[in-house]
Amino acid sequence: MRAASSYTVPRDPRFAQLEQQDLDYFRSVIGDTGVLTDPDALQTYSIDWMGKYEGKCSVALRPKSTEQVSKILAHCNKRLLAVVPQGGNTGLVGGSTPVHDEVVLSTAGLNRVLSFDAVSGALVCEAGCVLEQLDAHVGGHGFTMPLDLGAKGSCHIGGNLATNAGGLRLLRYGSLHGSVLGLEAVLANGTVLDLLTTLRKDNTGYDLKQLLVGSEGTLGVITAAAIQCPPRPAAVHVAYLAVPSFATVQQVFVRARRRLGEILSAFEFLDRGSLELTLAELDGVRDPLPSSAEPFYLVVETSGSNAEHDYAKLEAFLEEVMEEGLVADGTLAQDSTQVAGIWGLREGISVALRHAGPVYKYDLSLPVGKMYELVEETRARVAGLPCRVFGYGHLGDGNLHLNVSTPRYDDAVQARLEPWIYEWTAAQRGSVSAEHGMGRMKAECIGYSKPAAAVDVMAQIKALLDPNLILNPYKVLPRAALAGNVPAQRMPAAA
Amino acid sequence: MKRVLVAVKRVVDYNARIRVKADKSGIDVANVKMSMNPFCEIALEEAVRLKEKKLTEEVVAVTIGVKAAQDQLRTALAMGADRGIHVLTDAELEPLAVARLLAALAQRDEPALFLLGKQAIDGDNNHTGQMLAGLLGWPQATFASKVETDPVAGTATVTREVDGGLQTLRLRLPAVVTSDLRLNEPRYATLPNIMKAKRKPIEQLSPEALGMDVPKRLEILRVEEPPKRKGGVRVASVAELVDRLHNEAKVL
Repeated sequence: MRAASSYTVPRDPRFAQLEQQDLDYFRSVIGDTGVLTDPDALQTYSIDWMGKYEGKCSVALRPKSTEQVSKILAHCNKRLLAVVPQGGNTGLVGGSTPVHDEVVLSTAGLNRVLSFDAVSGALVCEAGCVLEQLDAHVGGHGFTMPLDLGAKGSCHIGGNLATNAGGLRLLRYGSLHGSVLGLEAVLANGTVLDLLTTLRKDNTGYDLKQLLVGSEGTLGVITAAAIQCPPRPAAVHVAYLAVPSFATVQQVFVRARRRLGEILSAFEFLDRGSLELTLAELDGVRDPLPSSAEPFYLVVETSGSNAEHDYAKLEAFLEEVMEEGLVADGTLAQDSTQVAGIWGLREGISVALRHAGPVYKYDLSLPVGKMYELVEETRARVAGLPCRVFGYGHLGDGNLHLNVSTPRYDDAVQARLEPWIYEWTAAQRGSVSAEHGMGRMKAECIGYSKPAAAVDVMAQIKALLDPNLILNPYKVLPRAALAGNVPAQRMPAAA
Repeated sequence: MKRVLVAVKRVVDYNARIRVKADKSGIDVANVKMSMNPFCEIALEEAVRLKEKKLTEEVVAVTIGVKAAQDQLRTALAMGADRGIHVLTDAELEPLAVARLLAALAQRDEPALFLLGKQAIDGDNNHTGQMLAGLLGWPQATFASKVETDPVAGTATVTREVDGGLQTLRLRLPAVVTSDLRLNEPRYATLPNIMKAKRKPIEQLSPEALGMDVPKRLEILRVEEPPKRKGGVRVASVAELVDRLHNEAKVL
């Protein structure tokens, strides 16, 4: 089984090179300001947030309407120009940047909110809207976006949908598969798929939007979405707990589910190393429990409609876990500034890792009981190498973020980690990508979590919707699977 | 010192979104999250640190207001205050009325130091500490960024943040000091202390018990939102920028 990698993928010789006629066409569709060719400007489009994956896109396009996206894709499909759809470029698996000279299709120009129904909570917006701005918009009407993640200030909702982003509140609001009411997407040949309804229930035929959610830009370009927004909770409480062992972490989780069940909205864990790194690397972050030296910390959040009731439940839960010694120490945020302080710490971990230098990131779904075992075994496995191993994540969802920080990207380190971490995960029947997606990093790794027959069906669907394989090539599915599935005939161009 | 008194106020949470009432008579606080005024929190933290340095035997937190203000007293107790005093009143509070009540408590309980936040984030008056000192005839140091006490000498040395920089005063105790932002970073209340706080005593009394009333001396005429900020505009050239600055914004 191939390891995930920063290994170089050869450029697919089927793809055309960008020519003047293409630039002229793009300019005629979206105007001069929407077509970027300056090499300095293109650099930001060509490199990912971690600085790990760098391509060299030939041009970046910023269309302002679905119609423009349709024309661009139809042209690229006809000319066999490879295209990388790009939102906020905050992905962590190299899925949103070019590998070679692909055309970058940015959603930044598709940034309008189209409508918001303040009774039903249905938001309709274009794919390039920034998540945090959407949250502020619906917040003004007493609603909240059904997802939240550290990248919220930059990520686009289209990208969130394309990657089926999870985040901090999946525990409470479920995955985007459940929150998406409708989508508008453009297929490789320019066909506009208008599935943009706001109906909560619609069982007419196959639910195609679910195919697009999580497809990482390989089956179509999402241009607009309808999202079901839940009411903004009136009362939010956050507790930060110091726990003596991972076994007790699990017990606290079980207890939290039982005592706080209906109001629990987040259950995150971090190890001592992650805490210390974040305090060391980031300004404006402080230790909520400076006198505590426990190995694990939990962020437990409740969201409900009645502050008094919720506080009473939370108080009872906290008293119980303290009395039984499951929790060694902790704090309960007394105001919104303290709430922000605790979340800032948890959300700051991946930023701190970025500041610390190169990092190998693993995003795994594992049985909760096994999660930290992998972290400890990884630490043992790289002992002697200049690495630091950190474990944190969405404990409530069984999602571990295993991070190995090194002074530089090093094949020797990578060889110790991969494919061993994937094999370990596969042995637990876990997922090698809980929420980050496959992107470029794990394009050859799907076999660790999905059987060959399933991968084959995926490749057939890809060939059906994008027969020229121009959408986000070199990503998500293994080359061998795709090679076996290119149909003999091309899909006719859109009318 | 035997005792430090700290006044804490229940205010709209710093990050809460607020709306002006339709009749422009005030802010709509129904269902809005309330918390301890951030400057009061800083004052309380300073008092608790004085106790930890053994410069005072006791820290007493006092609040004036509605029944729910007890939550803020519990937070104060969780942060390290020994006991609380709650003057219960539903009346609208103005700085002078508050200062008179606090002065009555100061005369009754004789603290060596009375700490307050420099201002509350709802009224932004910055009056109460100063009025309190005036009513008591005590020395005052406002906008404190550093407080040192010498109980033997019976003085406090306070560094104040003023427009020109920093000013240092020495005051004879008892004195009134109000806190500014950089005085300290308030601690997170730990769970064991939050639990213990439930058992610490809170004395409840009415303004009348202190021989005071809570009269309304100020009339709010109108509360309005600030004018909405207009969005920015992109200009295509320097010439257009100059033209618009000259003809539209009229700043050139």
